[in-house]
Amino acid sequence: MTEGTGISRRAMLVKLGLLLNGIVGAALAVPIVRYLLSPVIREKKIGYESWLSLGGLEQFPTGQTRLATYRNPVVNSWDGETGDIACWVRNVDGQTFQVFAINCAHLGCPVRWFPQSNLFMCPCHGGAYYQDGSRASGPPERGLFQYHYKVEGGKLLIKAGEMPTPGRSGNVKSGGTICA
Amino acid sequence: MRLIQKLGDWFDLRLQLGTPIRETAEHAVPRETASWFYVFGSAALTCFTLQIVTGILLALIYVPSAGEAWNSLQTLNHGISLGWFIRALHGWGSNFMVAIVLIHMLQVFLFGAYKFPRELTWIIGVFLLLVTLGMAFTGQVLRFDQDAYWGLGIGASIASRVPVIGPWAVNLMLGGPIIAGATLSRFFALHVFVIPGLLIAFVGVHLLMVLKLGINEWPMPGRIVRRATYMQEYHELTHKQGVPFVPNAVWKDIIFSGVILVSIAVCAVHFGPFGPGGQPDPTIIQTAPRPDFFFLWLYALLSFLPPSAETPILLIGPVIGIIILLALPLVAGEGEKSWKRRPIAVLTILLVVVALGTLTHLAQNTPWSPVMDAWSSLPIPPEYLQSRTALERRGALVFQAKQCHNCHSLDDQGGKRGPALDQVALRLNSDQLIRQVIQGGGNMPAYGKNLSPAETTALVAFLRTLHPAGQSPANDASRAVTLGASEVSPRP
Repeated sequence: MTEGTGISRRAMLVKLGLLLNGIVGAALAVPIVRYLLSPVIREKKIGYESWLSLGGLEQFPTGQTRLATYRNPVVNSWDGETGDIACWVRNVDGQTFQVFAINCAHLGCPVRWFPQSNLFMCPCHGGAYYQDGSRASGPPERGLFQYHYKVEGGKLLIKAGEMPTPGRSGNVKSGGTICA
Repeated sequence: MRLIQKLGDWFDLRLQLGTPIRETAEHAVPRETASWFYVFGSAALTCFTLQIVTGILLALIYVPSAGEAWNSLQTLNHGISLGWFIRALHGWGSNFMVAIVLIHMLQVFLFGAYKFPRELTWIIGVFLLLVTLGMAFTGQVLRFDQDAYWGLGIGASIASRVPVIGPWAVNLMLGGPIIAGATLSRFFALHVFVIPGLLIAFVGVHLLMVLKLGINEWPMPGRIVRRATYMQEYHELTHKQGVPFVPNAVWKDIIFSGVILVSIAVCAVHFGPFGPGGQPDPTIIQTAPRPDFFFLWLYALLSFLPPSAETPILLIGPVIGIIILLALPLVAGEGEKSWKRRPIAVLTILLVVVALGTLTHLAQNTPWSPVMDAWSSLPIPPEYLQSRTALERRGALVFQAKQCHNCHSLDDQGGKRGPALDQVALRLNSDQLIRQVIQGGGNMPAYGKNLSPAETTALVAFLRTLHPAGQSPANDASRAVTLGASEVSPRP
């Protein structure tokens, strides 16, 4: 065996070794990527949203808008207070409701209800909404996010579990006209 | 002394580091670079070292759990001896670090240091700026209070606007469907492991390149950088007229770093630690979230962009900005270095500084936000109520009760969202006032459904009194004619 072929044999062994490591690396990358993507993949499998009770209807007088809170359906024990989410409930006429997300449709800051002027106002960039959630002024491109709701056994239930954001209103319908 | 010498020799025989360290320390640098303008890079490194040390100290107590982080910060502030001081050092160190990195960048830009052969040094520097800002943002999240919580909400809202992958990006950023424990854990991992790792790697390469290529020489007007001749010219500058880095240049670095450390400590003692603010409880909605100082300009920009342009500008703007910074040395790798011969460069800097400064200043006053409690806490100045009719005073009451004051100021008190109303009667006649109140428009909500006719009449009567003493309010000159005509010939 000449020296030249010896070198090429060793060079080939180096390449083989690199190839082996490449294959193992690729094989390991699959579970790593899956682990990293678990918040995304999970959404497809089980879904984050479920029906939650906001409490008895008596808490929401006709014609008024009240703050309600619920515990997010998907929580861990170390989530603490962050698992408690607020929303605005508007009792339109005793039978029809509107449940608005607390998050401004602009950039997610918590909107406040002002019953005196019948407006929702956002403290961050000055977005304002009418009592039916439709956009009144400011930077938001749309009305407040609304949760689907149903009334069962004298309780108001909403479908929630995901923070509404402008790009993902998913199961959350847009504010504006009242849908019965 | 001999024992120390012996010990030193023992280690150096095995480590073999003495000679390279001495050579590095004494390498020649151009004479003029031993200057107070060349101290910002080393000061940034000093700040980073301080951040590592104080960060590790904080990690001894801090609990990266959504349920406990806020309590552990309270313990650091109040329960641990001098815990507040370490937090203050870390917080002020971060502010100083961002500021010094920006000043360093400004200096090397104006001195043309990004030109051949230091293009890659600049590009790595741009990455260093990005990871430094990344540290600032993730650090703000770890101070897990209301501002951190809603700041994450703003981040998620921006991420969600990315076309197609937006919703997934939000879940990936938050680690789940909402801002919760998983969110804080991943920002902790980013702030403590991932980004510092990148920072150390980039700093290493950045420093290595400064040593290998030599520090940028003092720019002289007319001394043009050309790829063919630069290396030879630089060699002459360093080896014929150069001075050793240690001690000729380094003493200024050391003294400036010391001054910076003292300044950080003084700020830490005098101003104390940052927050934490209110508990990160999303059901407490009486809050006005605000980002830290270095993101205030962005916060202001977000309230001024027109809704239709906001998403594209938010998503494309930063990409264009970063591409410009990265491409700069590749496009302008040769030519004049001196800022005296680069007017466009100087004007660009002035424009950027003025724009960022103005936006930051605006964000400290947030004139675009309603003053949420003006209607109940800021009374109408007495002179606006004196010698007014009952109807007009009733209108002033409507003005307060319907929260007009939250957006409109009187005598410079109240919201700045809408125009000040001190002289509104000069601008609008009564029909225009009624229309504006009822239909809104020009970024004002319509109050038609919210005011009774009597309230509207009273409010407009009050607004009609808002004009300077010697000037009469605006009137529709045709109104008298039209009304007069209708009186003469009443409708059938």
